Amino acid sequence: MHAIEVSGLRKAYGNLEAVREVDFAIEEGEVFGLLGPNGAGKTTTVEILEGYRKRDAGEVRVLGHDPARPGPDFRERIGVVLQQSQMWPNLTVRETHAIFAGYYRAPRDVDEVVALVGLRDKANERVKTLSGGQKRRLDLGIALVGDPDLVFLDEPTTGFDPQARRAAWEMIRSLRSLGKTVLLTTHYLDEAEQLSDRVAVMREGRIVRVGTPAELTTTDLQTEIRYRQNGEEVLVRTDEPTRVLAELTSAAVARGEELEGLQVRRPSLEEVYLALTAEEEQG
Amino acid sequence: MSAEAIRVGMRRPARGLFVHQLRSEQLVFWRSREAAFFIFLFPLLLFVLLSSVYDGKIYGVPAPEALLAGLIGYGCANTAFAGLAIQLVIRRENGILKRLRATPLPPATYIASLLVSTLIVFAMQTVALFLLGRALNGTPFPSDVASLVAAVVIGAAVFAALGTAIASVIRSAEGSSAVVNAILLPMAFLSGSFGSTLHYPAFLRAVGDVLPLKYFIDLVNAVYLHGHGVWTQPQDLAVLAVWGAAGLVFTMFRFRWEPREP
Ligand SMILES: Nc1ncnc2c1ncn2[C@@H]1O[C@H](COP(=O)(O)OP(=O)(O)OP(=O)(O)O)[C@@H](O)[C@H]1O
Ligand SMILES: [Mg+2]
Repeated sequence: MHAIEVSGLRKAYGNLEAVREVDFAIEEGEVFGLLGPNGAGKTTTVEILEGYRKRDAGEVRVLGHDPARPGPDFRERIGVVLQQSQMWPNLTVRETHAIFAGYYRAPRDVDEVVALVGLRDKANERVKTLSGGQKRRLDLGIALVGDPDLVFLDEPTTGFDPQARRAAWEMIRSLRSLGKTVLLTTHYLDEAEQLSDRVAVMREGRIVRVGTPAELTTTDLQTEIRYRQNGEEVLVRTDEPTRVLAELTSAAVARGEELEGLQVRRPSLEEVYLALTAEEEQG
Repeated sequence: MSAEAIRVGMRRPARGLFVHQLRSEQLVFWRSREAAFFIFLFPLLLFVLLSSVYDGKIYGVPAPEALLAGLIGYGCANTAFAGLAIQLVIRRENGILKRLRATPLPPATYIASLLVSTLIVFAMQTVALFLLGRALNGTPFPSDVASLVAAVVIGAAVFAALGTAIASVIRSAEGSSAVVNAILLPMAFLSGSFGSTLHYPAFLRAVGDVLPLKYFIDLVNAVYLHGHGVWTQPQDLAVLAVWGAAGLVFTMFRFRWEPREP
C-alpha cells in the first residue's frame, strides 16, 4: 500500500514554476527524505500534500485522500511540522500539548509525548522562555500528540544541538518501528542518510534522483582509490573498484612495494548530492 | 479494551471540540497580561477616571450613567473589534492559524469558539462596569436585563465582524496595534464613548453619524438610560446590521489563515 502517491505534480507562483512534473510514491511505513537546495520546491510539494496549497496539475493521493478535498478523517491521521511556526507564547509546554491532544479522537498521552521530545524538564515552562531548538521540539511534540499514521516533517531538526538531533533521530526511528510513514525534508545529509529508507533529490522543481542512500552512493559517483607513491598523492576514480584495486595491489606486491596510505572510499551522500545539484545548475 | 474500542469510545461530538476550544481560548486570553490589561481592564479604568472628573448631567441623565453606557460601547469596540483583530493578526502571522488548519479542528468551530470567547470577555466587562458604577457612583442596574443582554450580543457580533475584516487587511503583526487603535480611538471620541458629542463641530458629528459605534451607544443609551426595549430602536439595529454584514462579507472574501510569505 502506498501512503502517498504523486504523479505529474505542478505548481507555479505567477511566472515562477516552483514544482514541475514531480512523480514519486511512498510506501506505508517508509521514511522518505526529500532533499534539495533552497528554493527547490520541497516545502511547496509538502504543503500540497498536507492540503495547504492548491496544485496546478497532477494526481495526488495521501492516505487515499485527495488533500485538496480531504475526507473527515484525513486530519486525524496526519501530523505536521511546518518549516516555520510559533505557538501561543504564554502557555506552557504541557498546556500546548494538551490543547492539541484535545483535537484528536485518540491522542497519545500528553506527558509521554512531552517526555518523548525531551521537554519533560520544561513541561511547566511558558513557550516564550524556550530556546529555538526547544521550540522546535515543541513543534515535533504537537505533531505527534494526535498519534498520526503519516508525519510530515519540514526541516524538523533545524536549530537542534547534536544531542537533540540524535534524540530526534531515535524518535523518528521509533516512529518507523511503530509502522508510521514519515516524509522528511532536511538540509542535513547525514540525517537523510541515517533515517531515510529512500531519498529524493529535488532541484529547480524536479526530482532528479530517487533511491536508497546506498543506491545513490554506489551508482552515482565513482569510487575513489587513493595512495601515495614516491611521496606523491595518487587519486584514481573508477566504476570498477575491484578490478582496479586488484591490478594496483598485485603490481605493488610484484614490485615488493607498499601502497602507502591506501584508501578506498565510496562517495558520501553529500558528495552525490552536490554533484547532482551542481550538474543541473550548468544544464 | 482493545485499541479499536478505545478509538471508537473516545469519538467526541462536535460540541466537545467546541467546549475544548472555548476553554483553550479563555486560557490563552487570560494568560496574556497585555490582552487581559488592555482589553479587559482598560475600559474599566477609563470609566473610573472619567466618572470621577465629570459631574452634573449628560443627555439629561447623571454623568456616570451616560459614561457607563458610553464605555460599554467603547469596551465593545475595544474587545470585539480591536482586541480580536490584533489577536487574529498575531496568530495568523505567527503561523498558529495555519498550524491549527492541519488539525481535525474544523475552521467553523475555531471561529465560533473565538467569537464566543470574545463575547464572554465583553460580557464580563459589562457586568464589571455595572458593579463598579454601582459601588463608586451609585448608578442603577439596567431595568430591562434581557434587552441589555441582546444589545451586548448584537454589539459583540457586529464589532467582531468588523474586527475580522480589519484583521484581513492588516499585513503585519507589529503594525496591527497601531492601525487598530488609529481607528478605535477617533471612532470612540466621535461616537460619544467619553461624553456627549453635542458641542463637537458639525463636521465631526457628521463623521460620527456614519460610524457603527454611535449606533451601538445609541442602542445602549435607549436600553439602559431610558428603559426602552432593544426592538424599539429599528434605526440603530438597521445601521448596525449593515456594518456587520459589510464586515462579514469582506471577511469571507479576504480572510487568510496563512502568514504573508517572507
Ligand atoms: N507563497 C509563495 N508565493 C510565491 N512564491 C513562492 C511561494 N512559496 C514559495 N515560493 C517560491 O517557490 C520556490 C520554491 O519554494 P519552496 O519553499 O517550495 O522551496 P524549498 O525547497 O522548501 O526551499 P528551502 O530549502 O529554502 O526551504 C522558491 O523560489 C520560492 O521563492
Ligand atoms: Mg522549505
